[in-house]
Amino acid sequence: METGTRTIFVCMVGPAVYRVTRLLVVASAALSAATTIARAQDNGDCFACHSDNTLTGARGGKTFSAFVDQKKFEESIHGSLTCISCHTDLEGKELPHDENLKPVDCGMCHDDEKAQYSKSLHGKALVRGDPLAPSCRDCHGTHYILPKTNPLSTIAPLQIPGLCGKCHREGAPVQRQRSIPQDSILQNYSESIHGQGLLLKGLIVAPSCISCHTAHSILPHTDPASSISRNNIASTCTKCHAEIELVHRKIIRGELWEKQAHVLPACVDCHQPHKIRKVYYTQGMADKDCLGCHGRKNIRSSKDGRSLAVNANELAHSMHANVACSQCHSEVKASHVRPCDAITKPVDCTACHAEIGATFQKSIHGVLDAKNDPNAPTCKECHGTHGVLGKSNPKSMTFPTNVPSLCARCHREGEKAAVRYVGTEHQIIKHYTQSIHGKGLMQSGLTVTAMCTSCHTAHNVRPSADTLSSVNRAKVPATCGQCHHGIEGQFEASVHSPLVTRTDKELPVCTDCHSAHTIRRTDQAGFKLEIMEQCGRCHEAIARTYFDTYHGKVSRLGYTKTAKCYDCHGAHDILPVTDPRSHVSFQNVVKTCQNCHPGATRRFAGYLTHATHHDPEKYPYLFWTFWGMTSLLIGTFILGGVHTLLWLPRALQRRRHKRTHSSKAKS
Amino acid sequence: MKEAKKDKEEKKAEDVPVIVEPVVEGKQYLRFSRLNRVLHVVMIVSFMSLALTGMTLKFSYTEWAVILSHLFGGFETAGYIHRVAATFMIVTFITHLVDLTRRKRRDYKSWRAMIFGKDTMMFTRKDLSDFWGSMKWFIGRGPRPQYGRWTYWEKFDYFAVFWGMLVIGSTGLMLWFPEFFTLFLPGWLINVATIIHSDEALLAVGFIFTVHFFNTHLRPEKFPMDIVIFSGRMDVDELHDDKPAEYEDLAKSGRLEEHLVDPYPPIVIRVIRIFGWTALSVGFSIVIWIIYAMVFAYR
Repeated sequence: METGTRTIFVCMVGPAVYRVTRLLVVASAALSAATTIARAQDNGDCFACHSDNTLTGARGGKTFSAFVDQKKFEESIHGSLTCISCHTDLEGKELPHDENLKPVDCGMCHDDEKAQYSKSLHGKALVRGDPLAPSCRDCHGTHYILPKTNPLSTIAPLQIPGLCGKCHREGAPVQRQRSIPQDSILQNYSESIHGQGLLLKGLIVAPSCISCHTAHSILPHTDPASSISRNNIASTCTKCHAEIELVHRKIIRGELWEKQAHVLPACVDCHQPHKIRKVYYTQGMADKDCLGCHGRKNIRSSKDGRSLAVNANELAHSMHANVACSQCHSEVKASHVRPCDAITKPVDCTACHAEIGATFQKSIHGVLDAKNDPNAPTCKECHGTHGVLGKSNPKSMTFPTNVPSLCARCHREGEKAAVRYVGTEHQIIKHYTQSIHGKGLMQSGLTVTAMCTSCHTAHNVRPSADTLSSVNRAKVPATCGQCHHGIEGQFEASVHSPLVTRTDKELPVCTDCHSAHTIRRTDQAGFKLEIMEQCGRCHEAIARTYFDTYHGKVSRLGYTKTAKCYDCHGAHDILPVTDPRSHVSFQNVVKTCQNCHPGATRRFAGYLTHATHHDPEKYPYLFWTFWGMTSLLIGTFILGGVHTLLWLPRALQRRRHKRTHSSKAKS
Repeated sequence: MKEAKKDKEEKKAEDVPVIVEPVVEGKQYLRFSRLNRVLHVVMIVSFMSLALTGMTLKFSYTEWAVILSHLFGGFETAGYIHRVAATFMIVTFITHLVDLTRRKRRDYKSWRAMIFGKDTMMFTRKDLSDFWGSMKWFIGRGPRPQYGRWTYWEKFDYFAVFWGMLVIGSTGLMLWFPEFFTLFLPGWLINVATIIHSDEALLAVGFIFTVHFFNTHLRPEKFPMDIVIFSGRMDVDELHDDKPAEYEDLAKSGRLEEHLVDPYPPIVIRVIRIFGWTALSVGFSIVIWIIYAMVFAYR
């Protein structure tokens, strides 16, 4: 070979799957090499020049190195071939040769690969003259091609993601300038179970890019011939996931997946391409397999003898009808004969219901559960297990009308939660049932009526002393205001609201007047008569004087139509007398009296509604009238009493005298 | 007040042959006219009703009041009963006033003659001396005074009721119609009226059911009760014993026979006694209740 001749190998090496073909190709190349030796154009001739590492060539105005490392070449898979086997246009040429060599045609030997490549996206792009289109050497290299079994090979399994990623990583020109329907491909793949298996664990049988996309027949998924087209994806995946149908029975009923791929979900519909994650692998476990054993009524745990039977019908009509057994019983191992023998822990609902789980853990129920308190309810105590129903299903334990009896299981007097309770609220279930809320919910079946969870929340149940509790004093108005929104507004503008009154004293909240569980209709006698006592708990003096007046006295006798605290002061919109908006302000008081006394005048309103005759400073008229009357009373009684007592002995004497007289007369 | 009206019984008495003293066998002295007896019965019934219903309000803080109020059919009904009874009481009072003017016209010609007449209800010099004499008698320093037709304690009772009618009646009307009264009176007077109404009522109830009961019914000579206010009749012996001055006067003037009538048949007396017992029992119950309320539950 002449020195100075630039030798450029453009090789195409086929994949190992075409091993037989390749052997034939190599054999024919060897034959052809034998013929060229005769023309004294062996590799030694070529390396006479090309082993000089300063040798350069120029093409298209660019200078490049024409050095070929003979040792590395000889170690390559093509090391036994002659240079002119590939650089065929140099055969018989004088050396040094012309710098403008024809590109090497790898397809001379690797014709199958060439055929596949030329039909592929890459091949077509190359024909179109796309400068970004990869040719053989972009993936395989030139003079130093190594077999893919050699870890140093550019196409060794571990290298493939990086190789493809050169163009298909985020930000690369191909990814930016060509229409590729997926993004973050390299990153997603690396994080997927496939990518982790290959790249993290070095498991070289784990699929790389070419496992699904093939090496040379890369076609868009819209092409029916593509390995990743809808029709072919199942067979592509099942190359590795053989018999995956067994655990996808519900979806594919055995063979449908491949036969009717157009109507069934393809693998990638659930297991996103490039994002295939571990968690999905247990999702598809066939319930049928589980029910094969657990559908039997007499199946029991060998450890503790508890029943392990699952009512398939119940499950099928439950909220989790579309959730597979293995999604909750997540420890099952499909590879085991009994997949469930791998289970060590009870079902963790928070795997899906994570937010609720986090809330629950901080609730009193969750806190107790964390301490392994046997009384603590967990998810299943309230929601059940396989038959879990939504709260909008009337058969559900969590349906509004069933909630009181659900909570009653533990909170009814004498039950385990009520027994350990040390607060002041007793008989809560009984009281609630008799309350306006309880009657509304349980007698009238009005499902929007407040039930246990409306006030206490479902999962964030906390003791009222906890400032984060929905029934903490500070939160009560807002909790009640969820339904009684208008009242909450009035209350917040009233003198009882901490927003209005700044004080160290405890201000009343809804429950102080209405109670927590014995809430009654405000238009009925019981409430009307009790409310005065409620106001009187704080407004002691003023309540006492109220009971000294007509209104108070008749209220005591059980008369409800008379003025009670709230008839004059308002119920929720109570304001001080000095506030012009108050019902009892100078501006409004006559109108307030007129509610009951239509003829009331300004003078009428001068009636002292909280008067007492015990206060000479404030009510001198009443004080002196009372004492005047009392003196008259005492004086009269003393007079009458003394007169009577003095009289008594004489009267007795006369009676005795009269008797003796009449008996004498008779005798 | 002079018992001068001649009603049917008296007319009958005229038919009886005049027999000079001491007495006509089987006849009784007629002390009270029919109208006065009827008025007293009506007053008893209305007074008891007013007392019971009113006291429930006054002592509303006792359990008894609540029970009683419910027995009356709730406060509203109790209040209704109170007002109906008050109306009867007012009618009784007005009837009595009309009766007074009628008698003035018929028997005395002028108020002056009536007020200063022999059987006047007004306090006289004799009442003062009788009172003084009674005090001496009580302590063993003198004889029993010669009481006349109306003793001083009977006059006291009469005026106590008269006064009570005006005071309780007027304040009661204020409480009944506050909207009307506050057209010209200040609102706080309603509070004052409440105190007066209630305390005067307490006085009336307390006095009637203790002092009046004793003076009239329970004092040993009359025990257990004196039914003269219902029957109108009393034995001449009793008259002689009880009201010696009146007897003397009648006997001297020879007008005793004018006042003699036939006694009522036993069945009437029994009915009267039953009524009397009922009134006494109710009265005593109220007294016990008041004492309980004042002593043990007062607020």
